Formats: sequence, structure tokens, C-alpha cells
Amino acid sequence: MDFILEPWPWYVGGPLITLVMFFLYYFGKKFGISSSLESICAMGGAGKIHEHFNFGWKKNKWNLMFIIGTVIGGFVAFQFMTPDQAIALNPETVSGLSEIGFQNAGAQYLPEELFGFDALLSIKGGALLIVGGILVGFGARYAGGCTSGHAITGLSNLELPSLLAVIGFFIGGLAMTWLILPLLF
Amino acid sequence: MKNIRFIALGILFGIILSKAEVISWYRIYEMFKFQSFHMYGIIGSAVVLGIILFSFFKKGTIKNYLGEKIVIEPKKKGFYRTIIGGTIFGLGWGLIGACPGPMFILLGRGVLSISIVILGGLLGVLFYHAIKHKLPH
Repeated sequence: MDFILEPWPWYVGGPLITLVMFFLYYFGKKFGISSSLESICAMGGAGKIHEHFNFGWKKNKWNLMFIIGTVIGGFVAFQFMTPDQAIALNPETVSGLSEIGFQNAGAQYLPEELFGFDALLSIKGGALLIVGGILVGFGARYAGGCTSGHAITGLSNLELPSLLAVIGFFIGGLAMTWLILPLLF
Repeated sequence: MKNIRFIALGILFGIILSKAEVISWYRIYEMFKFQSFHMYGIIGSAVVLGIILFSFFKKGTIKNYLGEKIVIEPKKKGFYRTIIGGTIFGLGWGLIGACPGPMFILLGRGVLSISIVILGGLLGVLFYHAIKHKLPH
């Protein structure tokens, strides 16, 4: 039982993700989370703004169910399965983050500087959260998928578009992490 | 209510990404800094097993629950769409440290700020469809 409460290593996490992907295909669906953002927009009445969203979201009810499940899963893991909230980071990461203004890196899952209540209520903090979300949503749909659809499913299917998309993910992620984040904090 | 099974799979997925710390902003930062193998191990092992799994789908060794062949829908092709779209996504992923799945899992942890990110994500989807006819694909 102790194993369940400890952080799970990569060789447990990765294969279990493939297991979830297997079940989704076994049940006749697919693995791709960003398309559920489309379903939520459609359910929320986005069809009135753009005809694209009139695809009949009810046939995608399953991916809304999956999303509801992830919320419950996050709650269960947080409340009952993670007694120690610290992330065992590389000490280099911790000192590097401290230099650009992130204190106590790894003490919790998320940095207070970005997700804390004070950040949420500040203009800069609120703007970063909303802009970050827009970039993720816009980019995922433009690219035709996110980490699940391109990096995992697409690469597993040996698809060139997915390889290009993953290269793009890294161009953007590296630029943000190495160049832009130090300017923002 | 055969959709219950997808709630169960979602719960499993939420627990996996929580326990493997994929939903931690720090793990994504560390990945882009090349300071840890963790995320590469997760994505890499998922893909290697995925390649093996999909080869069984293609050969028809593994069929779906109705006994039919499992077909993986090919991704839309296009150099600009994947490189530019991917880069925009990567900028957001690097900043927020969460892709669409983890956003909802973090909501389940009661992280209030993430609801702003999700709202942004939905706006981003709307925005894309509003201007997509003007974008190179």
C-alpha cells in the first residue's frame, strides 16, 4: 500500500497512460484531450458564435464524461493518495528558479508566484493565467492536438504531423522557459 | 449509462497524472530545462508501448469491444498548422505548466486559479475558429 502513497516513477506513469489510451480505443473512442475543449465550447452555446460548433456535441458526451472523471481523479489523488505534497526536484532547478524569483520550488505541486491567491488577484498574475490558457487552447486546435493527441497518440502512430507538432511544442516551451519566463518574474 | 466507463477512465487518468506528478508546473519547467529525465521517461515509455499497442491494432490481433478492427484516425497534415500551432501551444505549456488534461485535474485539487486558465483555453479555441480561415495551414 505504501507504494500507492509515494510519488509514482516514470516507468509506472508512462505505461499506465498507455493503458488508459488502450481502453479508450477498446471502447471505440480515441485519446485526445484538447478536442473536449471544443465539446465544452459547443455545449456552452458557441454554435451561436460560430457554425463550426454545431457539430452536435451530444455525440461527444463521452469525452465530457472523461473530463468530469479527471476532475474527480485529481480530487481523489489530492485528498487521499498524496500525504506528502513535495516534488523532489533537481537541486539545480530549485536554485535556478530562486534566481528568477520563484521561492520554495517543489514545496508543493504548483508555484505560489503563479497560482497563489495573491497572484490571482494581481493584474499581472491574472493576465498571465488567461494568456497562458488562450495560448494552450488556440495552439492545440491550430496544431490539431495537444500532448495526448500529438505527443502520445500521434507519435505512437508514427505520424509526421505529430512529430512536427511536438517539435513546435518544444520550440515554444524552450522559448518560454529559457527566454521569456526570466523576463516575466 | 454506458458513458459511466468514461468517467471511470477519466478518474484513473486523473490519478495517474497526479501521482506521477505530470500535473506539477515544476515537472514541466524541469523538462524544458533538461534537468530531469522524469517527463521524458513518462512520454517516452507511453509512446514506445503505444507503438507496440498500435501495431496489434493494425494487425487486428486486438479488436475493440464489438469485435471490430481498431482504426486510428490520421492527423491533419500541414507544415504551418503543426509548427506554428505547436509553437503557440508550447509557449502556453511552458508558461502555465499544464496542458488541457492537467488543467482539469488541477481543478479537482481545488486550485482556483486554474479556472482562469481553463476559461482562457476555451477562449483560445473560440478565437482559433473565428480566425482560422485567415491562417496558413
